[in-house]
Amino acid sequence: MALSKIWVLAEATDGKVTTSTLELLTKARSLADTVEAIYSGGDADAIAGQLGEYGASKVYTTGDLAGALPGVPVSGAIAALVDGGNAPDAIIAATSYYGRDIAGRLSVKLDRTVITNNTDIEVDGSSLVTTEPVFGGTTDVKTTFTAAGPHLVLVRPKSFVAESAGGSAAAVETIAVPDGGKSAGAKVITRHVEEREGPSLDEAAVVVSGGRGLGEQEKYALIEELAKLLNAAPGASRAIVDAGWVPYSYQVGQTGKVVKPTVYIAAGISGATQHMVGMKGSKNIIAINKDAEAPIFAVSDLGIVGDVHKVLPQLIEALKAR
Amino acid sequence: MNVVVCVKQIPDPADPGALDPTTKTLKRDGKLILDESDSYGVEMALQLVTTAGGGEVTLVSMAPNGEVSGLRTALAMGAAKAILVSDDALAGSDALATAKVLAKAIQRVEGADLVLTATESSDGYTGTVPEQIAGLLDLPSVTFAKSISVEGSTIKIQRQTEAGYDDVECPLPAVVSVTAGVVEPRYPSFKGIMAAKSKPVDTLTVADLGLDASQVGWAGAGQQIVSIAEAPAREAGEVFEDDGTAAEKIVAFLDDLKVL
Repeated sequence: MALSKIWVLAEATDGKVTTSTLELLTKARSLADTVEAIYSGGDADAIAGQLGEYGASKVYTTGDLAGALPGVPVSGAIAALVDGGNAPDAIIAATSYYGRDIAGRLSVKLDRTVITNNTDIEVDGSSLVTTEPVFGGTTDVKTTFTAAGPHLVLVRPKSFVAESAGGSAAAVETIAVPDGGKSAGAKVITRHVEEREGPSLDEAAVVVSGGRGLGEQEKYALIEELAKLLNAAPGASRAIVDAGWVPYSYQVGQTGKVVKPTVYIAAGISGATQHMVGMKGSKNIIAINKDAEAPIFAVSDLGIVGDVHKVLPQLIEALKAR
Repeated sequence: MNVVVCVKQIPDPADPGALDPTTKTLKRDGKLILDESDSYGVEMALQLVTTAGGGEVTLVSMAPNGEVSGLRTALAMGAAKAILVSDDALAGSDALATAKVLAKAIQRVEGADLVLTATESSDGYTGTVPEQIAGLLDLPSVTFAKSISVEGSTIKIQRQTEAGYDDVECPLPAVVSVTAGVVEPRYPSFKGIMAAKSKPVDTLTVADLGLDASQVGWAGAGQQIVSIAEAPAREAGEVFEDDGTAAEKIVAFLDDLKVL
Protein backbone atom coordinates (compact mmCIF):
# COMPACT_ATOMS: atom_id res chain seq x y z
CA MET A 1 0.00 0.00 0.00
CA ALA A 2 1.34 3.36 -0.92
CA LEU A 3 0.92 6.76 0.62
CA SER A 4 -1.02 9.33 -1.30
CA LYS A 5 1.46 12.20 -1.45
CA ILE A 6 5.04 13.03 -0.47
CA TRP A 7 6.86 16.35 -0.72
CA VAL A 8 10.61 16.36 -1.25
CA LEU A 9 12.70 19.43 -0.32
CA ALA A 10 14.72 19.98 -3.48
CA GLU A 11 18.22 21.47 -3.51
CA ALA A 12 20.15 22.63 -6.57
CA THR A 13 23.53 24.18 -7.29
CA ASP A 14 24.13 26.30 -10.41
CA GLY A 15 20.93 25.11 -12.07
CA LYS A 16 21.65 21.44 -11.40
CA VAL A 17 19.53 19.43 -8.96
CA THR A 18 21.71 17.76 -6.31
CA THR A 19 22.20 14.00 -6.43
CA SER A 20 20.73 13.66 -2.93
CA THR A 21 17.50 15.32 -4.13
CA LEU A 22 17.29 12.91 -7.09
CA GLU A 23 17.83 10.00 -4.67
CA LEU A 24 14.94 11.22 -2.50
CA LEU A 25 12.63 11.69 -5.50
CA THR A 26 13.44 8.15 -6.65
CA LYS A 27 12.61 6.69 -3.24
CA ALA A 28 9.49 8.86 -2.80
CA ARG A 29 8.11 7.50 -6.11
CA SER A 30 8.12 4.00 -4.63
CA LEU A 31 6.32 5.15 -1.48
CA ALA A 32 3.56 7.45 -2.74
CA ASP A 33 1.22 7.93 -5.68
CA THR A 34 2.09 11.61 -6.01
CA VAL A 35 5.50 13.18 -5.51
CA GLU A 36 5.94 16.95 -5.47
CA ALA A 37 8.99 19.10 -4.80
CA ILE A 38 9.45 22.23 -2.70
CA TYR A 39 12.16 24.62 -3.87
CA SER A 40 13.52 27.97 -2.77
CA GLY A 41 15.65 29.31 -5.61
CA GLY A 42 14.98 31.78 -8.39
CA ASP A 43 15.56 29.15 -11.10
CA ALA A 44 12.67 26.71 -10.56
CA ASP A 45 11.80 26.81 -14.28
CA ALA A 46 15.33 25.71 -15.14
CA ILE A 47 15.26 22.67 -12.85
CA ALA A 48 11.61 21.64 -13.41
CA GLY A 49 12.77 19.30 -16.20
CA GLN A 50 15.16 17.38 -13.94
CA LEU A 51 12.67 17.23 -11.07
CA GLY A 52 9.98 15.92 -13.43
CA GLU A 53 12.31 13.36 -14.97
CA TYR A 54 12.87 11.85 -11.51
CA GLY A 55 9.20 11.76 -10.62
CA ALA A 56 7.99 15.13 -9.31
CA SER A 57 4.74 16.18 -10.97
CA LYS A 58 4.88 19.65 -9.51
CA VAL A 59 7.39 21.99 -7.92
CA TYR A 60 6.27 24.62 -5.44
CA THR A 61 8.76 27.46 -5.34
CA THR A 62 9.19 30.37 -2.98
CA GLY A 63 11.42 32.12 -5.51
CA ASP A 64 14.80 33.55 -4.56
CA LEU A 65 15.17 34.16 -0.82
CA ALA A 66 17.29 37.30 -1.33
CA GLY A 67 20.00 36.20 1.09
CA ALA A 68 17.69 35.07 3.90
CA LEU A 69 18.72 31.79 5.55
CA PRO A 70 16.15 29.18 4.43
CA GLY A 71 14.82 27.90 7.78
CA VAL A 72 12.23 30.57 8.56
CA PRO A 73 10.90 31.53 5.11
CA VAL A 74 10.73 28.02 3.60
CA SER A 75 9.18 26.41 6.70
CA GLY A 76 6.68 29.28 6.81
CA ALA A 77 5.70 28.76 3.18
CA ILE A 78 5.35 24.99 3.66
CA ALA A 79 3.28 25.40 6.85
CA ALA A 80 0.96 27.78 4.97
CA LEU A 81 0.50 25.19 2.22
CA VAL A 82 -0.27 22.50 4.81
CA ASP A 83 -2.70 24.79 6.66
CA GLY A 84 -4.35 25.54 3.33
CA GLY A 85 -5.57 21.94 3.21
CA ASN A 86 -2.85 20.70 0.93
CA ALA A 87 -1.06 18.47 3.42
CA PRO A 88 1.06 15.56 2.17
CA ASP A 89 1.53 12.34 4.15
CA ALA A 90 5.24 13.03 4.53
CA ILE A 91 7.86 15.69 3.88
CA ILE A 92 11.33 14.33 3.12
CA ALA A 93 14.63 16.19 3.00
CA ALA A 94 18.32 15.37 2.92
CA THR A 95 20.34 15.50 6.14
CA SER A 96 22.06 18.66 4.87
CA TYR A 97 22.41 22.17 6.28
CA TYR A 98 19.40 23.17 4.22
CA GLY A 99 17.25 20.17 5.14
CA ARG A 100 18.02 20.28 8.85
CA ASP A 101 17.35 24.02 9.23
CA ILE A 102 13.99 23.82 7.46
CA ALA A 103 12.90 20.57 9.14
CA GLY A 104 13.70 21.96 12.61
CA ARG A 105 11.65 25.11 12.06
CA LEU A 106 8.87 23.18 10.34
CA SER A 107 8.56 20.67 13.19
CA VAL A 108 7.75 23.57 15.53
CA LYS A 109 5.29 25.19 13.12
CA LEU A 110 3.43 21.89 12.55
CA ASP A 111 4.12 20.55 16.09
CA ARG A 112 5.40 17.28 14.58
CA THR A 113 8.44 15.25 15.46
CA VAL A 114 11.21 14.94 12.88
CA ILE A 115 13.20 11.72 12.52
CA THR A 116 16.73 12.34 11.30
CA ASN A 117 19.78 10.57 9.86
CA ASN A 118 17.81 7.82 8.17
CA THR A 119 19.09 5.42 5.55
CA ASP A 120 15.78 3.81 4.63
CA ILE A 121 12.04 4.52 4.62
CA GLU A 122 9.21 2.00 4.33
CA VAL A 123 5.45 2.46 4.27
CA ASP A 124 3.51 0.82 7.08
CA GLY A 125 -0.23 1.41 6.70
CA SER A 126 -0.72 5.16 6.85
CA SER A 127 2.57 5.68 8.67
CA LEU A 128 6.22 5.33 7.80
CA VAL A 129 8.97 3.24 9.31
CA THR A 130 12.42 4.76 9.10
CA THR A 131 15.82 3.14 9.62
CA GLU A 132 18.61 4.97 11.39
CA PRO A 133 22.05 3.45 11.93
CA VAL A 134 23.51 4.18 15.38
CA PHE A 135 26.77 3.36 17.18
CA GLY A 136 28.81 3.96 14.04
CA GLY A 137 26.51 1.88 11.87
CA THR A 138 26.72 -1.32 13.94
CA THR A 139 23.06 -1.13 14.98
CA ASP A 140 19.96 -0.29 12.94
CA VAL A 141 17.07 1.36 14.77
CA LYS A 142 13.66 1.33 13.12
CA THR A 143 11.22 4.01 14.20
CA THR A 144 7.61 4.69 13.36
CA PHE A 145 5.52 7.84 13.68
CA THR A 146 2.75 7.60 16.26
CA ALA A 147 1.09 10.98 15.65
CA ALA A 148 -0.78 12.07 12.52
CA GLY A 149 1.15 13.35 9.47
CA PRO A 150 2.70 15.12 7.76
CA HIS A 151 5.63 13.00 8.89
CA LEU A 152 8.98 14.77 8.74
CA VAL A 153 11.95 12.64 7.69
CA LEU A 154 15.59 13.53 7.08
CA VAL A 155 17.58 11.05 5.01
CA ARG A 156 21.34 10.70 4.70
CA PRO A 157 22.72 11.32 1.23
CA LYS A 158 23.69 8.18 -0.74
CA SER A 159 21.05 6.06 0.99
CA PHE A 160 19.28 5.37 -2.31
CA VAL A 161 20.34 5.14 -5.94
CA ALA A 162 18.87 7.87 -8.16
CA GLU A 163 17.01 6.45 -11.17
CA SER A 164 15.22 8.44 -13.84
CA ALA A 165 11.50 7.81 -14.22
CA GLY A 166 11.47 9.40 -17.65
CA GLY A 167 8.80 11.84 -16.52
CA SER A 168 8.01 15.14 -18.17
CA ALA A 169 8.84 18.50 -16.63
CA ALA A 170 7.24 19.32 -13.28
CA ALA A 171 4.61 22.06 -13.26
CA VAL A 172 5.94 25.17 -11.51
CA GLU A 173 3.75 26.87 -8.90
CA THR A 174 4.92 29.90 -6.94
CA ILE A 175 3.98 29.89 -3.26
CA ALA A 176 3.81 32.81 -0.87
CA VAL A 177 6.36 33.31 1.89
CA PRO A 178 4.61 34.60 5.04
CA ASP A 179 6.30 37.49 6.86
CA GLY A 180 8.63 35.87 9.38
CA GLY A 181 8.87 39.05 11.47
CA LYS A 182 11.93 39.35 13.69
CA SER A 183 12.66 35.60 13.42
CA ALA A 184 13.59 36.11 9.76
CA GLY A 185 16.37 38.56 10.60
CA ALA A 186 19.44 36.51 9.61
CA LYS A 187 20.85 37.54 6.22
CA VAL A 188 23.77 36.32 4.12
CA ILE A 189 25.98 39.29 3.22
CA THR A 190 28.76 37.57 1.24
CA ARG A 191 29.27 33.99 0.06
CA HIS A 192 32.76 32.48 -0.03
CA VAL A 193 33.53 29.38 -2.10
CA GLU A 194 36.65 27.41 -1.18
CA GLU A 195 38.06 25.96 -4.39
CA ARG A 196 38.81 22.24 -4.42
CA GLU A 197 41.03 20.49 -6.90
CA GLY A 198 40.12 17.31 -8.76
CA PRO A 199 36.89 15.32 -8.76
CA SER A 200 34.27 15.89 -6.06
CA LEU A 201 33.92 13.61 -3.04
CA ASP A 202 30.35 12.90 -4.14
CA GLU A 203 31.22 11.53 -7.54
CA ALA A 204 34.82 10.23 -7.49
CA ALA A 205 35.36 6.49 -8.09
CA VAL A 206 38.33 6.64 -5.73
CA VAL A 207 38.63 8.65 -2.50
CA VAL A 208 41.90 9.07 -0.59
CA SER A 209 41.49 10.41 2.94
CA GLY A 210 44.03 11.40 5.54
CA GLY A 211 43.78 11.65 9.30
CA ARG A 212 45.65 12.55 12.44
CA GLY A 213 48.19 9.78 11.74
CA LEU A 214 49.76 12.03 9.11
CA GLY A 215 51.27 13.86 12.05
CA GLU A 216 51.34 17.37 10.66
CA GLN A 217 49.48 19.58 8.19
CA GLU A 218 52.32 19.62 5.62
CA LYS A 219 52.05 15.83 5.22
CA TYR A 220 48.55 16.20 3.76
CA ALA A 221 50.41 16.93 0.52
CA LEU A 222 51.01 13.16 0.32
CA ILE A 223 47.24 12.61 0.24
CA GLU A 224 46.82 15.22 -2.49
CA GLU A 225 49.61 13.76 -4.58
CA LEU A 226 48.26 10.22 -4.29
CA ALA A 227 44.75 11.44 -5.08
CA LYS A 228 45.99 13.16 -8.23
CA LEU A 229 47.73 9.99 -9.45
CA LEU A 230 44.55 7.95 -8.92
CA ASN A 231 42.22 10.65 -10.27
CA ALA A 232 40.70 10.49 -6.82
CA ALA A 233 39.01 13.01 -4.54
CA PRO A 234 41.05 13.95 -1.45
CA GLY A 235 39.16 13.62 1.83
CA ALA A 236 39.81 13.98 5.53
CA SER A 237 38.76 12.85 8.98
CA ARG A 238 37.02 15.29 11.29
CA ALA A 239 40.11 15.46 13.52
CA ILE A 240 42.26 17.18 10.90
CA VAL A 241 39.42 19.40 9.70
CA ASP A 242 38.87 20.57 13.29
CA ALA A 243 42.62 21.10 13.57
CA GLY A 244 42.40 23.40 10.55
CA TRP A 245 44.67 21.36 8.22
CA VAL A 246 42.07 21.24 5.43
CA PRO A 247 38.70 22.96 4.88
CA TYR A 248 35.43 21.43 6.03
CA SER A 249 34.49 20.60 2.44
CA TYR A 250 37.06 17.75 2.65
CA GLN A 251 35.43 16.07 5.64
CA VAL A 252 34.12 12.53 5.28
CA GLY A 253 31.86 11.31 8.05
CA GLN A 254 28.65 11.79 9.91
CA THR A 255 28.96 15.57 9.99
CA GLY A 256 30.69 15.73 6.62
CA LYS A 257 30.16 13.95 3.32
CA VAL A 258 28.90 10.41 2.98
CA VAL A 259 30.91 8.68 0.24
CA LYS A 260 30.46 5.34 -1.50
CA PRO A 261 33.31 5.11 -4.02
CA THR A 262 34.66 1.96 -5.69
CA VAL A 263 37.81 2.33 -3.59
CA TYR A 264 38.30 4.24 -0.35
CA ILE A 265 41.84 4.64 0.97
CA ALA A 266 42.11 5.67 4.63
CA ALA A 267 45.62 6.78 5.58
CA GLY A 268 46.40 7.49 9.21
CA ILE A 269 42.73 7.26 10.18
CA SER A 270 41.89 5.07 13.16
CA GLY A 271 38.20 4.77 12.36
CA ALA A 272 36.17 6.75 14.89
CA THR A 273 32.43 6.04 14.55
CA GLN A 274 32.01 9.61 13.31
CA HIS A 275 34.23 8.76 10.31
CA MET A 276 33.06 5.18 9.69
CA VAL A 277 29.46 6.28 9.21
CA GLY A 278 30.59 8.32 6.21
CA MET A 279 32.69 5.71 4.39
CA LYS A 280 31.56 2.22 5.43
CA GLY A 281 29.40 1.91 2.34
CA SER A 282 32.45 2.07 0.03
CA LYS A 283 32.77 -0.99 -2.22
CA ASN A 284 36.42 -1.58 -1.31
CA ILE A 285 38.37 -0.15 1.60
CA ILE A 286 42.14 0.04 1.97
CA ALA A 287 43.44 1.14 5.37
CA ILE A 288 46.96 2.13 6.37
CA ASN A 289 47.51 2.67 10.08
CA LYS A 290 50.33 1.99 12.48
CA ASP A 291 48.03 0.69 15.22
CA ALA A 292 47.04 -2.93 14.53
CA GLU A 293 44.08 -2.50 16.91
CA ALA A 294 42.59 0.46 14.99
CA PRO A 295 38.85 -0.07 14.34
CA ILE A 296 39.33 0.85 10.68
CA PHE A 297 40.84 -2.62 10.07
CA ALA A 298 37.54 -4.26 11.02
CA VAL A 299 35.93 -2.81 7.89
CA SER A 300 38.90 -2.83 5.49
CA ASP A 301 39.36 -5.27 2.64
CA LEU A 302 43.10 -4.65 2.59
CA GLY A 303 44.70 -3.52 5.81
CA ILE A 304 48.31 -2.39 6.12
CA VAL A 305 49.71 -2.10 9.62
CA GLY A 306 52.46 0.35 8.88
CA ASP A 307 53.76 3.90 8.86
CA VAL A 308 51.92 6.19 6.42
CA HIS A 309 55.14 8.23 6.09
CA LYS A 310 56.81 5.19 4.54
CA VAL A 311 53.91 3.52 2.73
CA LEU A 312 52.46 6.60 1.02
CA PRO A 313 55.74 7.75 -0.61
CA GLN A 314 56.41 4.19 -1.78
CA LEU A 315 52.92 3.92 -3.20
CA ILE A 316 53.28 7.26 -4.97
CA GLU A 317 56.60 6.13 -6.48
CA ALA A 318 55.11 2.81 -7.59
CA LEU A 319 52.20 4.53 -9.32
CA LYS A 320 54.46 7.07 -11.00
CA ALA A 321 56.61 4.22 -12.33
CA ARG A 322 53.69 2.66 -14.18
CA MET B 1 26.39 40.71 27.31
CA ASN B 2 24.47 37.73 28.69
CA VAL B 3 24.84 34.42 26.89
CA VAL B 4 22.91 31.21 27.48
CA VAL B 5 24.65 27.99 26.42
CA CYS B 6 22.66 24.80 26.01
CA VAL B 7 24.82 21.89 27.12
CA LYS B 8 24.19 18.17 27.08
CA GLN B 9 25.55 15.70 29.57
CA ILE B 10 26.18 12.41 27.81
CA PRO B 11 27.70 8.98 28.47
CA ASP B 12 31.44 8.98 27.79
CA PRO B 13 31.78 8.42 23.99
CA ALA B 14 34.74 6.15 24.73
CA ASP B 15 32.21 3.84 26.40
CA PRO B 16 28.89 4.70 24.78
CA GLY B 17 27.02 1.84 26.38
CA ALA B 18 24.00 0.42 24.62
CA LEU B 19 20.33 0.75 23.96
CA ASP B 20 18.09 -0.59 26.69
CA PRO B 21 16.15 -3.47 25.05
CA THR B 22 13.04 -2.75 27.12
CA THR B 23 12.74 1.02 26.98
CA LYS B 24 14.68 1.27 23.68
CA THR B 25 16.48 4.40 24.88
CA LEU B 26 20.16 4.96 25.39
CA LYS B 27 21.25 3.63 28.76
CA ARG B 28 22.27 6.58 30.87
CA ASP B 29 22.86 4.92 34.20
CA GLY B 30 26.62 5.47 34.19
CA LYS B 31 28.44 8.72 34.85
CA LEU B 32 27.64 11.51 32.41
CA ILE B 33 30.17 14.02 31.09
CA LEU B 34 29.95 17.35 29.28
CA ASP B 35 29.48 16.67 25.56
CA GLU B 36 32.75 17.81 23.96
CA SER B 37 30.70 19.46 21.18
CA ASP B 38 29.26 21.82 23.80
CA SER B 39 32.63 22.87 25.21
CA TYR B 40 33.14 25.01 22.08
CA GLY B 41 29.92 26.96 22.73
CA VAL B 42 30.91 27.47 26.37
CA GLU B 43 34.33 28.76 25.32
CA MET B 44 32.86 31.05 22.66
CA ALA B 45 30.32 32.42 25.16
CA LEU B 46 33.05 33.15 27.73
CA GLN B 47 35.10 34.97 25.08
CA LEU B 48 32.09 37.04 23.95
CA VAL B 49 31.32 38.10 27.53
CA THR B 50 34.97 39.04 28.12
CA THR B 51 35.07 41.07 24.89
CA ALA B 52 31.82 42.83 25.82
CA GLY B 53 33.35 43.76 29.19
CA GLY B 54 30.38 42.58 31.23
CA GLY B 55 27.58 40.08 31.61
CA GLU B 56 27.64 36.37 32.32
CA VAL B 57 27.24 32.90 30.88
CA THR B 58 24.29 30.77 32.01
CA LEU B 59 24.11 27.05 31.23
CA VAL B 60 20.87 25.25 30.44
CA SER B 61 20.72 21.46 30.47
CA MET B 62 18.28 18.58 30.62
CA ALA B 63 19.43 15.32 32.18
CA PRO B 64 18.10 12.40 34.24
CA ASN B 65 18.72 11.88 37.97
CA GLY B 66 19.70 15.48 38.72
CA GLU B 67 23.02 14.84 36.97
CA VAL B 68 25.41 17.80 37.34
CA SER B 69 28.91 16.43 36.67
CA GLY B 70 29.00 17.78 33.10
CA LEU B 71 27.58 21.12 34.26
CA ARG B 72 30.33 21.41 36.88
CA THR B 73 32.92 21.07 34.11
CA ALA B 74 31.38 24.00 32.21
CA LEU B 75 30.99 26.01 35.44
CA ALA B 76 34.66 25.35 36.15
CA MET B 77 35.51 26.76 32.72
CA GLY B 78 33.89 30.01 33.84
CA ALA B 79 30.10 29.92 33.39
CA ALA B 80 28.33 31.76 36.23
CA LYS B 81 25.33 29.55 36.89
CA ALA B 82 23.16 26.76 35.51
CA ILE B 83 19.58 25.68 35.09
CA LEU B 84 19.08 21.92 35.08
CA VAL B 85 15.78 20.35 34.15
CA SER B 86 15.55 16.86 35.57
CA ASP B 87 12.34 14.87 35.79
CA ASP B 88 11.42 11.21 35.35
CA ALA B 89 8.67 12.38 33.00
CA LEU B 90 11.35 13.43 30.49
CA ALA B 91 12.54 9.89 29.71
CA GLY B 92 11.90 9.10 26.05
CA SER B 93 11.67 12.73 24.94
CA ASP B 94 12.18 13.30 21.21
CA ALA B 95 14.11 16.27 19.79
CA LEU B 96 11.04 18.52 19.68
CA ALA B 97 10.10 17.82 23.32
CA THR B 98 13.73 18.44 24.31
CA ALA B 99 13.61 21.79 22.52
CA LYS B 100 10.34 22.67 24.30
CA VAL B 101 11.96 22.02 27.68
CA LEU B 102 15.14 23.93 26.84
CA ALA B 103 13.18 26.88 25.40
CA LYS B 104 11.10 27.16 28.58
CA ALA B 105 14.26 27.03 30.70
CA ILE B 106 15.96 29.68 28.52
CA GLN B 107 12.97 31.99 29.03
CA ARG B 108 13.73 32.01 32.76
CA VAL B 109 17.13 33.64 32.15
CA GLU B 110 16.63 37.37 32.38
CA GLY B 111 18.21 39.61 29.77
CA ALA B 112 19.65 36.86 27.56
CA ASP B 113 21.15 38.43 24.41
CA LEU B 114 22.31 35.25 22.73
CA VAL B 115 21.65 31.51 22.97
CA LEU B 116 24.45 29.19 21.85
CA THR B 117 24.22 25.46 21.13
CA ALA B 118 26.38 22.84 19.46
CA THR B 119 25.39 21.90 15.90
CA GLU B 120 24.43 18.44 17.17
CA SER B 121 25.05 16.31 20.23
CA SER B 122 27.63 13.53 20.06
CA ASP B 123 25.20 10.84 21.20
CA GLY B 124 21.85 11.63 19.59
CA TYR B 125 22.99 13.93 16.74
CA THR B 126 19.56 14.84 15.39
CA GLY B 127 20.91 18.34 14.67
CA THR B 128 17.43 19.86 14.72
CA VAL B 129 17.22 21.14 18.31
CA PRO B 130 18.88 24.56 17.69
CA GLU B 131 16.32 25.51 15.03
CA GLN B 132 13.50 24.06 17.11
CA ILE B 133 14.51 26.21 20.10
CA ALA B 134 14.69 29.28 17.86
CA GLY B 135 11.26 28.46 16.40
CA LEU B 136 9.71 28.05 19.86
CA LEU B 137 11.23 31.33 21.08
CA ASP B 138 10.38 33.07 17.78
CA LEU B 139 14.00 34.23 17.42
CA PRO B 140 16.24 34.51 14.37
CA SER B 141 18.89 31.82 14.11
CA VAL B 142 22.13 30.97 12.40
CA THR B 143 23.41 27.38 12.31
CA PHE B 144 27.00 26.12 11.84
CA ALA B 145 28.77 29.27 13.01
CA LYS B 146 32.57 29.15 12.74
CA SER B 147 33.01 32.54 14.41
CA ILE B 148 30.85 35.19 16.05
CA SER B 149 31.53 38.86 16.68
CA VAL B 150 29.15 41.38 18.21
CA GLU B 151 28.56 44.88 16.88
CA GLY B 152 25.97 46.71 18.93
CA SER B 153 22.69 44.82 18.63
CA THR B 154 23.86 42.77 15.63
CA ILE B 155 26.08 39.70 15.41
CA LYS B 156 28.37 38.93 12.48
CA ILE B 157 28.91 35.26 11.83
CA GLN B 158 31.03 33.15 9.52
CA ARG B 159 28.67 30.31 8.70
CA GLN B 160 30.10 27.06 7.36
CA THR B 161 28.50 25.87 4.10
CA GLU B 162 28.92 22.85 1.84
CA ALA B 163 31.11 24.93 -0.49
CA GLY B 164 32.98 27.21 1.92
CA TYR B 165 31.46 29.79 4.23
CA ASP B 166 29.01 32.71 4.25
CA ASP B 167 29.28 36.02 6.09
CA VAL B 168 25.93 36.33 7.87
CA GLU B 169 24.46 39.18 9.91
CA CYS B 170 21.72 38.65 12.45
CA PRO B 171 19.96 40.91 14.97
CA LEU B 172 20.05 40.05 18.68
CA PRO B 173 18.62 38.26 20.54
CA ALA B 174 19.29 35.16 18.47
CA VAL B 175 20.01 31.43 18.61
CA VAL B 176 23.33 30.33 17.09
CA SER B 177 24.75 26.81 16.74
CA VAL B 178 28.54 26.63 16.69
CA THR B 179 30.79 24.07 15.00
CA ALA B 180 33.55 22.21 16.76
CA GLY B 181 37.14 23.25 16.35
CA VAL B 182 36.72 26.99 15.91
CA VAL B 183 37.91 27.95 19.37
CA GLU B 184 40.12 25.98 21.73
CA PRO B 185 38.06 25.17 24.85
CA ARG B 186 40.04 26.11 27.95
CA TYR B 187 40.94 23.54 30.58
CA PRO B 188 39.32 24.37 33.91
CA SER B 189 41.92 25.69 36.36
CA PHE B 190 42.16 24.33 39.90
CA LYS B 191 40.68 27.60 41.12
CA GLY B 192 37.86 27.26 38.60
CA ILE B 193 37.10 23.71 39.70
CA MET B 194 36.93 24.78 43.34
CA ALA B 195 34.74 27.80 42.51
CA ALA B 196 32.39 25.67 40.41
CA LYS B 197 31.40 23.63 43.47
CA SER B 198 29.56 26.58 44.98
CA LYS B 199 28.10 28.10 41.80
CA PRO B 200 24.28 28.00 41.72
CA VAL B 201 22.52 25.19 39.86
CA ASP B 202 18.77 25.71 39.74
CA THR B 203 17.17 22.27 39.41
CA LEU B 204 13.66 22.31 37.97
CA THR B 205 10.92 19.85 37.11
CA VAL B 206 8.64 19.79 34.08
CA ALA B 207 5.84 21.29 36.20
CA ASP B 208 8.17 24.12 37.34
CA LEU B 209 8.51 25.10 33.68
CA GLY B 210 4.75 25.21 33.23
CA LEU B 211 4.83 22.30 30.79
CA ASP B 212 2.34 19.47 30.92
CA ALA B 213 3.90 16.02 31.39
CA SER B 214 1.87 14.81 28.39
CA GLN B 215 3.92 17.09 26.11
CA VAL B 216 7.26 15.47 26.92
CA GLY B 217 8.87 12.06 27.42
CA TRP B 218 7.25 8.92 26.09
CA ALA B 219 3.82 10.56 26.36
CA GLY B 220 4.71 13.46 24.09
CA ALA B 221 6.97 11.69 21.61
CA GLY B 222 5.51 11.53 18.14
CA GLN B 223 7.65 8.52 17.39
CA GLN B 224 8.20 5.02 18.67
CA ILE B 225 11.08 2.64 18.14
CA VAL B 226 9.78 -0.59 16.63
CA SER B 227 12.99 -2.59 16.40
CA ILE B 228 16.68 -2.58 17.17
CA ALA B 229 18.84 -4.94 15.16
CA GLU B 230 22.48 -5.52 14.49
CA ALA B 231 23.41 -4.04 11.13
CA PRO B 232 24.90 -6.42 8.56
CA ALA B 233 28.61 -6.35 9.40
CA ARG B 234 31.30 -5.76 6.83
CA GLU B 235 33.71 -8.65 6.63
CA ALA B 236 37.21 -7.67 7.53
CA GLY B 237 39.69 -8.60 4.81
CA GLU B 238 43.36 -9.34 4.99
CA VAL B 239 45.57 -7.30 7.31
CA PHE B 240 49.33 -7.27 6.72
CA GLU B 241 52.18 -6.00 8.83
CA ASP B 242 54.17 -3.75 6.48
CA ASP B 243 57.40 -5.53 5.54
CA GLY B 244 58.33 -3.11 2.77
CA THR B 245 55.91 -4.64 0.25
CA ALA B 246 52.82 -2.66 1.28
CA ALA B 247 52.90 -0.38 -1.78
CA GLU B 248 53.19 -3.44 -4.04
CA LYS B 249 50.17 -5.07 -2.36
CA ILE B 250 48.08 -1.93 -2.70
CA VAL B 251 48.96 -1.54 -6.39
CA ALA B 252 48.03 -5.19 -7.03
CA PHE B 253 44.73 -4.69 -5.20
CA LEU B 254 43.92 -1.58 -7.26
CA ASP B 255 44.94 -3.39 -10.43
CA ASP B 256 42.46 -6.19 -9.69
CA LEU B 257 39.70 -3.60 -9.32
CA LYS B 258 40.73 -2.00 -12.63
CA VAL B 259 40.82 1.50 -11.18
CA LEU B 260 44.37 2.24 -12.40
